[in-house]
Amino acid sequence: MSAGDSCHNLSAVSEPATGQDSEGRSLRHYVALVGPPNAGKTTLFNRLTGLRQKVANFPGVTVEYHVGKARSSGGREVFLIDLPGIYSLQPRSEDEEVTRDVLTGAKADLGTPDAVILILDATNLHRHLLLAAPILSLGLPTLVVLNMADDLEARGGSVDAAALAAQLGSPVALISAATGLGVQKVEQFLDGSSARPHAAAKRVELPILQDLPGCRRWAGQIGKQSDYRAPDPPLWTRRLDGLFLHPVAGPLGFLAVVIAVFQAIFSGAKPLMDGVENWITVSGEALAPLIANDLLRGFLIEGIWSGVGSVIIFLPQILLLFLFIGILEDSGYLARAALIADRTMAFVGLQGKAFIPLLSAYACAVPAIMATRTIENKRDRLATILIAPFMTCSARLPVYLLIIAAFIPDRPLLGPLLGTQTAAMLGLYVLGFLAAVGTAQLLRSTVLRRQQSVFVLELPPYRMPSLRSLGLRLFDRAIVFLKRAGTVILTVSACLWILAHLPYKDGKPPQLEHSYAGQIGHIVEPAIRPLGFDWKIGVGLVTSLAAREVIIGTLGTIYGIENADKDSVSLQEALKKDLSPAGAAALLVFFAFAMQCFSTIAVVRRETGGWFWPFVQFFYMSAFAYISAWGTYILLDH
Amino acid sequence: MQLTFNKQTDLPETTVPDARRSLVDLRCGQTAVLESLDVADDLSRRLMELGFFPGGDVVAAGCAPGGDPRVYRVDGSEIALRTETARQLKVRAGSIRGDVPSKSNSGLP
Repeated sequence: MSAGDSCHNLSAVSEPATGQDSEGRSLRHYVALVGPPNAGKTTLFNRLTGLRQKVANFPGVTVEYHVGKARSSGGREVFLIDLPGIYSLQPRSEDEEVTRDVLTGAKADLGTPDAVILILDATNLHRHLLLAAPILSLGLPTLVVLNMADDLEARGGSVDAAALAAQLGSPVALISAATGLGVQKVEQFLDGSSARPHAAAKRVELPILQDLPGCRRWAGQIGKQSDYRAPDPPLWTRRLDGLFLHPVAGPLGFLAVVIAVFQAIFSGAKPLMDGVENWITVSGEALAPLIANDLLRGFLIEGIWSGVGSVIIFLPQILLLFLFIGILEDSGYLARAALIADRTMAFVGLQGKAFIPLLSAYACAVPAIMATRTIENKRDRLATILIAPFMTCSARLPVYLLIIAAFIPDRPLLGPLLGTQTAAMLGLYVLGFLAAVGTAQLLRSTVLRRQQSVFVLELPPYRMPSLRSLGLRLFDRAIVFLKRAGTVILTVSACLWILAHLPYKDGKPPQLEHSYAGQIGHIVEPAIRPLGFDWKIGVGLVTSLAAREVIIGTLGTIYGIENADKDSVSLQEALKKDLSPAGAAALLVFFAFAMQCFSTIAVVRRETGGWFWPFVQFFYMSAFAYISAWGTYILLDH
Repeated sequence: MQLTFNKQTDLPETTVPDARRSLVDLRCGQTAVLESLDVADDLSRRLMELGFFPGGDVVAAGCAPGGDPRVYRVDGSEIALRTETARQLKVRAGSIRGDVPSKSNSGLP
């Protein structure tokens, strides 16, 4: 390997002269992973722990700290804390506060970490060394990791790690977290980290932290004495930016990316979804004869398996969406998208950084609302939290897909590129977006009168997304989705089946209409009749208050019961009998606007620090949904 | 990509008095020395953490489609700022140098 043979050994760990290891304590050891945004903390964390953990090539993705178990080279178990990126120990946003609190021991459950791994971008060493001063001044045993060593070398830069270690009084490891180059040196540090008596480390002179220009001069000095040669500019990044930020090609590319993503989700996922559906039907049929008891068989196969199964069908689609968002994030395009979006966002009283949470909200509002912590301005942040649930999250996707597939025939609209079903889906996405924009405007002119907000965004170099990182993330999403299917949806399916089979009359289960579930449906029916919904949809709306996609399982259960003798009638066909096209449109509109998600309500409560905002948000969105669905039904029903 | 500069094209002096010039007055590809950051204290700190130091070089690297926000190359990274912020970062009198790329490669920053 030619890279490692140069005089500046890429994977060298250089120990300062003092500080020998001895057998350490056997208690739990916490090692904190710190660094500026986008330095590769999470990539290294994944490398060391193998834990599923979201990484992205966008400043500010880790908004809470994550703890994972890592093994040192000597087999010792170490707890690694992955922290949000910081520029200094004087926080400007809430995720930066988390990092400072963990490092200073203000988080009681963790205590002060036993050691610190400071990870810096080797291709931008001078600026990143600014953070070394406050971190080293904490006095904890510290390993300075220079990440992206491969990139540094490829672009003609170099650094003398041994000289840098002497300058900083801490060991320095030159690694590439993405390729794994030199990572064993970090594992060696984990082995000895807790044992190293940090008092023995050579005292180095640190600049006064308040004097930033002084700190920068110090960083420049350190770099000079470590023979740091800055790499050549990232040519590919400049070429790509010439294209992606081009006045004409830029916005067109932006639109093309969005359309391509949606088209791939709807056409590309189809065969996979058919496969999963087949598997669920076949496995249900295969299992049925094994259960002797009629009632138990009904409960397990029709109640639970078809209820949960009808949601699992959407797994391929949701994973495909996360794959695309992951590629955009990891490649660095997302930061450019935020830049392109800033003008538009400013127009509605938000800023470009709100684009990232809002785009994540297309996957799920919960991580999106947590991601708003990177927005420094409190009002901007609250406005973003309040509008995020309007974005079409992946839980709406199954509902949209079912209804669109049932009511809209797939015909080409713009050649093979855009079909009617894709267009309808895009329309629903636009609808959610418009509702969000309108709400942002409303907030801005009323309760959240705007003060000057500032947009400062670092554009990271473009990078090739790594399969490993994408794979870990998809695996993580799949687990989360299946857990939800296995808990919330399973519970609701089970309860519903029971409610649909009680009360017994003459030792026999009642007609669905007279069951408890049917009665609940009939109770809400007067309220939803103006929207074109019958009592069956009513049962679905009640259960979907917990989570939107539950309505599919509910309808699956309801129609499964009604058509127990006719398995061939699919859910789509069954729906078509009970719902008029106008009612279907009203249902789509209702789902586009309503806040049917316990998890979102809980996270808004946590992030806004009280029940006031989630309460306001829930009633605002519900009223909005009801009135819009009503209007849609009146407009289309003739 | 296109790294050669055309030495002859000197900048046409604009009517903005030198002392009042800010990053906004840099054209794509031009460099200037930052003089002062006329912004609130905490924003000034954040900008310094990102590399905007008085006395340091700033290169105008490009801008978003539509011209706002603008992208500046400073201390090894590229940072996007809205025009309203860039206008508050004043440049040293007479320090604007470098050339605007010729029209033939205007697509590249």
